[in-house]
Amino acid sequence: MTAQATPGPGTPVEEPDAHTWTGRARRWLLKKLPPDKLLPEDQPSYVASWAYVFGMGAIASLLWIVISGIVLGLNGPQWYHVSSLGNFVNSTHLWSVELFFIFMVVHLWLKFWMAAWRGGRVLTWITGVISFVVSIVAAFTGYLLQTNFDSQWIAFEAKDALNAVGVGAWFNVANVGQLFTWHITLLPLAVGAVVILHVLLVRVHGVVPPLEAAESDAQLLHNRPEPAEPPEPTAPPETAESGGAVR
Amino acid sequence: MTRKTNSISWRKTDDAASRPWTGSVREYDLIKELIIGVVVVGLLVLGVSALFGSPDEPSVSLKAWATAAPADFVGTAAKELAGTSDSAGYGPPYNSTPGASQTIGPVDLQSLSGVRLPVDTANDFVIVPLATLPSPPADLARWMAATDQQRSGWAAAYSDALAAAPDNDPAKVADGDYGPVPALTGALLDMARQGNLDGVLQNGGNFYNTDYTRSLLFLGDGSYFPGLAASQHLSGDQWGVMNETGDTPGQSWLWLFSLLYQVEPFKSAPNADALVVVTMFVLTALLTLLPFIPGLRSLPRWIPLHRLVWKDYYRNR
Amino acid sequence: MTGWLVASVGTVGDGTYFGWDGFTIQSGNLIVIVVMIILFVLALVLPFPGGKRRK
Repeated sequence: MTAQATPGPGTPVEEPDAHTWTGRARRWLLKKLPPDKLLPEDQPSYVASWAYVFGMGAIASLLWIVISGIVLGLNGPQWYHVSSLGNFVNSTHLWSVELFFIFMVVHLWLKFWMAAWRGGRVLTWITGVISFVVSIVAAFTGYLLQTNFDSQWIAFEAKDALNAVGVGAWFNVANVGQLFTWHITLLPLAVGAVVILHVLLVRVHGVVPPLEAAESDAQLLHNRPEPAEPPEPTAPPETAESGGAVR
Repeated sequence: MTRKTNSISWRKTDDAASRPWTGSVREYDLIKELIIGVVVVGLLVLGVSALFGSPDEPSVSLKAWATAAPADFVGTAAKELAGTSDSAGYGPPYNSTPGASQTIGPVDLQSLSGVRLPVDTANDFVIVPLATLPSPPADLARWMAATDQQRSGWAAAYSDALAAAPDNDPAKVADGDYGPVPALTGALLDMARQGNLDGVLQNGGNFYNTDYTRSLLFLGDGSYFPGLAASQHLSGDQWGVMNETGDTPGQSWLWLFSLLYQVEPFKSAPNADALVVVTMFVLTALLTLLPFIPGLRSLPRWIPLHRLVWKDYYRNR
Repeated sequence: MTGWLVASVGTVGDGTYFGWDGFTIQSGNLIVIVVMIILFVLALVLPFPGGKRRK
């Protein structure tokens, strides 16, 4: 990234006279996440491994889950029992969920072994785990909405766990109306929000460098004097970043 | 940790992980990766769906139960009348059976919601449905006129007699003082066989309904429905919640939840559900807060799989 | 047991289960777990096609 990639015309990053709440919010956002950090055209040289593709795989699967889910939802819960097209769409909904979890779990394993929470990235790890947990609940409500033998039995089995901790009345596994609220409104919104936050945090903090990266490494020494990140005129990177959210 | 080059800490320090990267970079196209991801995953989804499809085992109705296992149906109906079924003694949120809720020490989470989905098994499952028939059985009036003590005496005696009868067959029950109970359970069996009970139990006389709590509880009190599930490997002692019918993968991500139910001390604990949920809550919190836990967070350094991830980087140091 | 909403779906088969005393696993779940482990190992060992280096 070279110098001319910094602020586009009309959007000066630095607005010393921002005094409204809105202006300050914009300045804070642009400082945390300038456009070329949000949509980067390069990555550090160490971002070169198949280990980096699974997060994107999970996001792609999530998009397919949403698309197939919208089709299923608009046709109503009984459609897939009686239509072969419906049955196929139901299959794509199921398999995109299976792929979503496969990618997400491999992503989680890899990020653990890369200790990806280092250097102020702990909130990225936490949002990742939360998105995994919320996804599990969302998938569970999907299994309860199959309106077939499997959902009948899962509802019968699972009611005990929910009742035992006192939430069974509002999360009533045998009330299809409640489950629709959970499965097609609340939980997808929650998964979407946490995943978006997770991705934004990855962009804000950048991809974690190798565990044994040292100042003496050739790839760090190379162009030491000239930062590859776009320069921020007032605040040098060190101090600008050190007030990060996790401190 | 004097050399900051190898810190496993989540903290922002002055090591390479905490500073914006200033070293060499490579070209990267975020949007292109997203598009490629969506296309590749889309093709995978369509391919796997076309190849394997998804299972859709039809649901079980009360009619199917009454037809396939009439003795089990009658036995369960007698228990509902006697108040000895699982649902009758469940506790919150269905009813307020004393001592029925699962507690952990003094903490009684189950009672928090109170009885929000009231279920009175004798009335809701048997008496009220029978009263909706065009010509209700004559014995209904006798039941209505009896005292609570008489009712539970009749129903319990009949329930015991059914359990003792050959094949639990209502036709082979020994003589006894069962009051109107055999007539009522027999009438309910006929009603269910004709398919009337499904509707009555589900919509309670209303046009709309999305709540299947009562039908499901009644169905689950018998042994026909759990038996079907067991034959499909869906029971709790068979990793049930994880499994889908047939060969399709299910919720394999629930493996730990499912495992806990199958090992001690959870397996034989009367409050297994409460214990398992709380344990899973604690374990999930541990995973979430893993970067703060000494030892666990150092595993990646002790078992350096990261050298494989960043093999190119380490090779060109 | 024929609801009016049951179309061409037949009964799903019994499923294939693998197991040793007390421990069983359904074939679909087993495949998903094996696929995850394979992907994990491949991600570690497969060489990544080199991108264009830039300064």
